[in-house]
Amino acid sequence: MEKRVTFDNKVLPYVLLLPQIAVTVVFFFWPAIQALYQSLLLPDPFGLSSRFVWFDNFKHLLSDPYYLQSFQTTAVFTIAVTAISMSFSLLLAVMADQVIKGSSTYKMLLIWPYAVAPAIAGVLWLFMFQPSFGVLAYYMKASGYNWNPVLDGGQAMTLVVIAAAWKQVSYNFLFFLAGLQAIPKSLIEAAAIDGAGKWRRFWTIVFPLLSPTTFFLLVVNLTYAFFDTFGIIHTMTSGGPGRSTTVLVYKVYADGFVGQDLGSSAAQSVILMIVVAVLTVIQFRFIERRVHY
Amino acid sequence: MKLRTILKLATAVAIALPAFAGAADAKTQVQWWHAMGGRLGELLDEQVAKFNSSQDEYEVVATNKGNYSETLNAGIAAFRAGEQPHILQVFEVGTATMMAAKGAIKPVYEVFGEAGETFDPSVYLAAVAGYYTDPEGNMLSLPYNSSTPVLYINKDALKTAGIDPETKPRTWSEMKELIAKIKASGSTCPITTAWQSWVHLESMSAYHNVPFATQANGFGGFNTELAFNSDLQVKHVGMLAEWAKDGSFQYAGRRNEGGARFRAGECAFYTESSAGYAGVKKEAEFPFAISNLPYWDDVEGAPFNTIIGGASLWVMAGHESEEYKGVAKFLSFLSSPEIQAKWHQDTGYLPITNAAYELTKEQGFYDENPGTDIAIIQMTGKEPTENSKGVRLGNYDQIRTIIDEELEAVWQGQKEPKAALDTAVERGNELLRRFEQSVR
Repeated sequence: MEKRVTFDNKVLPYVLLLPQIAVTVVFFFWPAIQALYQSLLLPDPFGLSSRFVWFDNFKHLLSDPYYLQSFQTTAVFTIAVTAISMSFSLLLAVMADQVIKGSSTYKMLLIWPYAVAPAIAGVLWLFMFQPSFGVLAYYMKASGYNWNPVLDGGQAMTLVVIAAAWKQVSYNFLFFLAGLQAIPKSLIEAAAIDGAGKWRRFWTIVFPLLSPTTFFLLVVNLTYAFFDTFGIIHTMTSGGPGRSTTVLVYKVYADGFVGQDLGSSAAQSVILMIVVAVLTVIQFRFIERRVHY
Repeated sequence: MKLRTILKLATAVAIALPAFAGAADAKTQVQWWHAMGGRLGELLDEQVAKFNSSQDEYEVVATNKGNYSETLNAGIAAFRAGEQPHILQVFEVGTATMMAAKGAIKPVYEVFGEAGETFDPSVYLAAVAGYYTDPEGNMLSLPYNSSTPVLYINKDALKTAGIDPETKPRTWSEMKELIAKIKASGSTCPITTAWQSWVHLESMSAYHNVPFATQANGFGGFNTELAFNSDLQVKHVGMLAEWAKDGSFQYAGRRNEGGARFRAGECAFYTESSAGYAGVKKEAEFPFAISNLPYWDDVEGAPFNTIIGGASLWVMAGHESEEYKGVAKFLSFLSSPEIQAKWHQDTGYLPITNAAYELTKEQGFYDENPGTDIAIIQMTGKEPTENSKGVRLGNYDQIRTIIDEELEAVWQGQKEPKAALDTAVERGNELLRRFEQSVR
């Protein structure tokens, strides 16, 4: 007969689970439920009174063409940030993986930007590209290029995308590098002996074997672009010009923390929560199938 | 029996002693949260130190809580947690929010009244105090740093264009001619501005006695509606749009980003707060002048007065009456002519009392620094009307953002001025209705 290890204690497993559950409830479920509840209220800023308005906050949002437009802005922003930061960091990781001399210096320098807070990253880029006082903006204008992100929505979007992507490159680089180093050298050498060139080796061996890392980073980067970028946008463009860089999460921040409209802000976070939940499901159902573990 | 009595006594003494000790050395503390950073913060700290050393009953503790929005947020969050400061500095945009929060604030006239501190609202400049006064004439918050938009002129740029450098354009029609000349002389930036909504819509409307919003710009009640899409505003924005199209008007950003280009000598004209004076004076390496904001001379009675920006001090509810006495003492100290005159001269903010203005005059400051009295003359030239007292709207910060967004579409040439202002009014009205609902 097969021997099984069994635990007789009925309570202990729950006790052991308790800390984790408590943390999850207090820091994740409780705020989420609060947000759900808040989204049905219309409170005054000081919390002196609030009225239960059912779904008025949502109705107000969804009937606002400008709000719906920011979904599109968010999609452009998120896809661009994710694509740029991931492809660029993959390139850097592949390069760094091949460097032998001084590789740790390169690696360390590449990791630095991750330690920069989003708002500071925004200010750094602003110092270079702000048309009134930016250093590089000055040279761009001097060379005859009409650089004016203060009025040109496309240029403003490009600027925040680059800043947001730059900030995430280090993180992606770290994971890609670890992923690359985990690929057995023997596989690559075998392919080389069989006569496969550099490109072919990369696309047929390295890239597929890297896919779990890539998939993980895809999820992380999308979430980053969705939620963590309002600091950069706030310092660089404040959502302008017009509404060309007003992504969903920036509007949550601006309405809630600057405008004191907590009801609408909560409703927007609920919508954002739903969007991200749907995205995550899609990713796991359709993209993960193509991942080789 | 005896032992028990002794024990009782000992306990009583033990409880009472720290209380006595406390009363002996601790002054009553007054917390003040403000948004003045950099040089302004230093000047503010000087005022506080002066007050603290002038008496030994109260101690004011000033804390910088970041920019205006952050300070207001900190105050609101603290109130929700029951930890609010005694005094909170709130910018003009937050005025309606504060006024609507009846249970969270203690109007300054009450603070003065209860503390028995003499308080005469008529010593304050009417145009400044009016902004913070309720319809019954009671002052709700104390004006502290108030400014008003003026025109800065780069004299060198005028000279280059072959214009007499001492020219001070009075009207927008004169401005049109000057700007065409400056443009023709090869200037890359004939005019730029700071705070476009405040200068070119809010102040511009007040300056011509045209409503920015109904119900006396929101002073009359929360059921106000925006009205800045009338002919005058459309004409004004249309003029700027034409300038933007041919490159005469260089839009630099929603805040005061344009200042960098003016101070670097690139721009000929710059419309900005009078409080921008210190920065221009410090950095500009060219002769400059300050002049009144131009007006449209085809409007009857124009110019009226411009309106103020800046911040006032609100007293928060929920503290001890002894502490409010300290607050009242401190606020009257801040309004004293010497303190105000110094603040006015150092910063370019308006003196909030007539006495401080007179004192500055006597000290000869305006003779030594020509142009520094333009703001106050412009503010006080005429008795404020319903449309020029100020703007008091809920959700105002977001409404300004909407105006910025729509104006940017105009400068880009994507929208016609009329259409953009109509949309801004429509979108802003929705926020006003939301605010009205939330405070009901």
